[in-house]
Amino acid sequence: MRRTVKDTEESARKVRRRAFLMGSAMGAFVAVLGARMRFLSVEQADEFRLLAEENRVNIRLIPPNRGQIHDRNGKLIAGNEQNYRVVITREEAGDVEHVLRRLAAIVPLSEDEIARTLRESERRSSFVPIIVADRLSWTDFSKIALNAPSLPGVTPEVGLSRIYPLDTDFAHVVGYVGPVSEKDLAGMESPDPVLQIPKFQIGKIGVERWREDALRGRAGQKRIEVNHVGRVMRELGRIEGDPGDDLRLTIDAEIQNFTQVRLGEESAAVVAMDVETGDLLSIVSSPSFDPNLFVRGISQKDYSSLMENDHRPLADKTVQGVYPPGSTFKMVTALAALEAGVVGTGSGVYCPGYYELGGRRFACWKRGGHGTLSLNEALAQSCDVYFYETAVKVGIDKIAEMGRKLGLGIKHDLPMSAIAAGVMPDKAWKMESYGQEWRIGDTVNASIGQGYVLTSPLQLAVMTARLASGRSVVPRLVRGVGTDDMPIPEAPPLDIPAEYLNAARKGMYEVMNGARGTAKSSRIVDPTMVMAGKTGTAQVHSYGTGERDNKLLPWHLRDHALFVCYAPYDKPKVAVSVVVEHGGGGSAVAAPIGRDVLLRCLTGGIPPLAAYPEAQRARIETQFKEMKLRDIADPVPGRSRA
Amino acid sequence: MSFLEYRIKTAPTGLRKVLFVNWPLVLLITAVASVGFLMLYSVAGGEMSRWAEPQMKRFGVGLGLMFIVAFTPIWFWRNMSVLAYLVAFALLLVVEFFGRVGMGAQRWIELGPIILQPSEMMKFTLVMMLAAYYDWLDPKKVSHPFWVLVPVLLIVAPTVLVLLQPNLGTSIMLLAVGAAVMFCAGVSWWYFGAVAGVVGGAIWGVFHFRGTPWQFLHDYQYRRIDTFIDPSADPLGAGYNIIQAQIALGSGGWGGKGFMQGTQSRLNFLPEKHTDFIFTTLAEEFGYIGAFSLLMLYAAIIAFCVISAMQNRDRYSQLLILGVAANLFFYIAVNLSMVMGMAPVVGVPLPLLSYGGSAMLVLLVGFGLVQSAHVHRAR
Repeated sequence: MRRTVKDTEESARKVRRRAFLMGSAMGAFVAVLGARMRFLSVEQADEFRLLAEENRVNIRLIPPNRGQIHDRNGKLIAGNEQNYRVVITREEAGDVEHVLRRLAAIVPLSEDEIARTLRESERRSSFVPIIVADRLSWTDFSKIALNAPSLPGVTPEVGLSRIYPLDTDFAHVVGYVGPVSEKDLAGMESPDPVLQIPKFQIGKIGVERWREDALRGRAGQKRIEVNHVGRVMRELGRIEGDPGDDLRLTIDAEIQNFTQVRLGEESAAVVAMDVETGDLLSIVSSPSFDPNLFVRGISQKDYSSLMENDHRPLADKTVQGVYPPGSTFKMVTALAALEAGVVGTGSGVYCPGYYELGGRRFACWKRGGHGTLSLNEALAQSCDVYFYETAVKVGIDKIAEMGRKLGLGIKHDLPMSAIAAGVMPDKAWKMESYGQEWRIGDTVNASIGQGYVLTSPLQLAVMTARLASGRSVVPRLVRGVGTDDMPIPEAPPLDIPAEYLNAARKGMYEVMNGARGTAKSSRIVDPTMVMAGKTGTAQVHSYGTGERDNKLLPWHLRDHALFVCYAPYDKPKVAVSVVVEHGGGGSAVAAPIGRDVLLRCLTGGIPPLAAYPEAQRARIETQFKEMKLRDIADPVPGRSRA
Repeated sequence: MSFLEYRIKTAPTGLRKVLFVNWPLVLLITAVASVGFLMLYSVAGGEMSRWAEPQMKRFGVGLGLMFIVAFTPIWFWRNMSVLAYLVAFALLLVVEFFGRVGMGAQRWIELGPIILQPSEMMKFTLVMMLAAYYDWLDPKKVSHPFWVLVPVLLIVAPTVLVLLQPNLGTSIMLLAVGAAVMFCAGVSWWYFGAVAGVVGGAIWGVFHFRGTPWQFLHDYQYRRIDTFIDPSADPLGAGYNIIQAQIALGSGGWGGKGFMQGTQSRLNFLPEKHTDFIFTTLAEEFGYIGAFSLLMLYAAIIAFCVISAMQNRDRYSQLLILGVAANLFFYIAVNLSMVMGMAPVVGVPLPLLSYGGSAMLVLLVGFGLVQSAHVHRAR
């Protein structure tokens, strides 16, 4: 087709006009894009920058090192042990099973462990390390490290885990740690975020639980960069946490061990206490268990054997166990009677072998009767009738008041689990608990520590310490937290005239040292450590007309043997209480234990034979030789935390 | 005399052609492509061989092709237009029935070492065809209904084939570019107004009657449209890409986080970071200043094309240049609107920046046509 130049110019002009229009429209849209760009990346920049940071930055917690627990001399009771473990990362390993088989050739790995690891590695993201084996020996650990080049994806790691080097000795006092449970979290108002760390361990019972606040420390923080699937790319920064505080207990680990070994297989409890400060020097419940088993995850078999044992190793008999105090309670009745003025220190009571009240006969342990006795003689020979009669005159409320003054029926505040308050009964208590009137017969039973009266070994030790020092000593278990020393709780003098306290002490002296004292065979002959004490034998069932000879009864029906003592008589330092469950007589079973522990506390070593009556020395020597005491490592100065 | 005959006499010949190439345009294209190499290097985490290097090689080849096309006289290309269109159309038909399916829906043919995407070819052969059509048509008849229907069919036929692949992005591009060429050719405003009215009315109708008994679509279809229009309603599914893209864009601020410092792309939060979403990495690392500079470079390329078209007096050349410019513009506009959350996500790459061979080569050949028109214009 042919066109004129004029036509061509005309059409070109038209296209030019439209081109200009289109170009302008494009320019306008470019301006819109520029404005939108500016709005996004300048006006909204802060918001988007925050979102980008949230995308990429994650905060991870660094678990704090748990505080250690030491005895009063700085010896380690609970520490943190390097835990060697090996982890595998799927994406680095490639064929996980193949690598695991190769690993199994180097260190022992069971088929179960391999199967479990394989299962878990398939469930998790490929970059998440999975624990293959825990608590490896140093040898195995170094073997893995050495063979690392042939084990792709396998990394040996070091973590910290709790260890109790004195295993059974402190199981009840210190307790143990374990993984955080749903129940633990439910009980907390605002749980520390550190508890969410997998495998984080917290105190479950004992000091570990009740001083968790001090021991745990504060978690550190690690800011890490992650990519879109959560893989850690690098660490951006970290804030170190604070390790937990170390605790120093009042307990002497060597005395504790001595006591534990001395009790042997008996089902028993011993509490030794400094009468001035209230420091608990030894607090032993026997038999015990190894808390390390619980930290590592106790096997079903071990757990059931602990549960089925009729000596109840898991129970802490020192603070949780309550027993009728038996004759060890007689000091309380005596002091109440003296304070009420119903007897004098010198006046006598006639014991015909029984006490008749409202047509009912209450027998004295000595069938034939003691004849006329002073208070001193009544305590020394542990005459029951004397206390029946005075108690009826005093009334239960005054006896209970005296008991509480001496620390019975009171829940003492210690960082230990399930501390029992025991029972110091009075009229109001019986009305409240049973909805019944208090009967006079109840008073008679209570006067010799039977009936409703229940005390824990700890309370008996406190009672003895208060009697000995004349002050209301408060038991104390933690001596220091971190670098701070805990204050010794104030112990005001007891509101009891010294004259009466002395009468009770004199009676306890006679028990041990008098010619007719019930525990005279357990006396200390060393004049610098003369001992005062009181035996007790608590019935656990009513004999009626049945067999009275304990040796012929089944174990669980035998009497509890009790003993409380302190020494030196003239300047008391240490008080000890002993309860041997179903042990039989207090003087025969409990008193020798009390003496040994007392001497161990006073002498700072194995008790010298010279302190024992000459006739017993040979036997005592063999007894000490047979005791397998633990060799407790001295504290290392400037020890590292790990 | 024929305008063409007149022009042949004044058009440069032989090596003199080099002097008449639109060099600023070549420079701008190279600058934009270089920004692309830089970003591809960055999103690969500092690796050349992954994306940057192949892209550079393709650019080199493309540049060579561009000059070959540029030095070939524009009347040769005009004479080839109908043939090129028919070949591309035939290839579209071939892939429709025998082509290889991959990458979701893109279809291509392998001819020995050459992999052909006929839909890419169609972008410029359609422009050539339409330009040749209007060059042939008497300018007085452009708004005659019959002569409007012909180009509409020329546009719709390949568009339908591409839509069937299915490749929504490219088919929208074909429609838009075709409309742009028709607009520039001088087709009456009434047609554009009528089409806009019908489309707008249809959209209004679809949404207006939603929820009434005589609604046009099924409920699930409406819901699909909803997520298509507003992806933020589904932040972890359909909306994830666009939200992460906006975070990357926005967090750059004025000056950006620095080269290779973009956390969104480096940590893989960004989807398609080397193709459709490459602009977000640029905005994250070089901030508003960097992003705006790139926008200005693009604007300059389009401006140079439009000016070149306005300087030209040959109808075919004018429409061809404007068609290529419109193509470039629509790609940029749709891609940027998409990554900035102004338009739904349709898979449209950013020309010269996004990683991809076919698109790059075809675009450079398109610029070759622009240059050819520029070199051989009447003076």
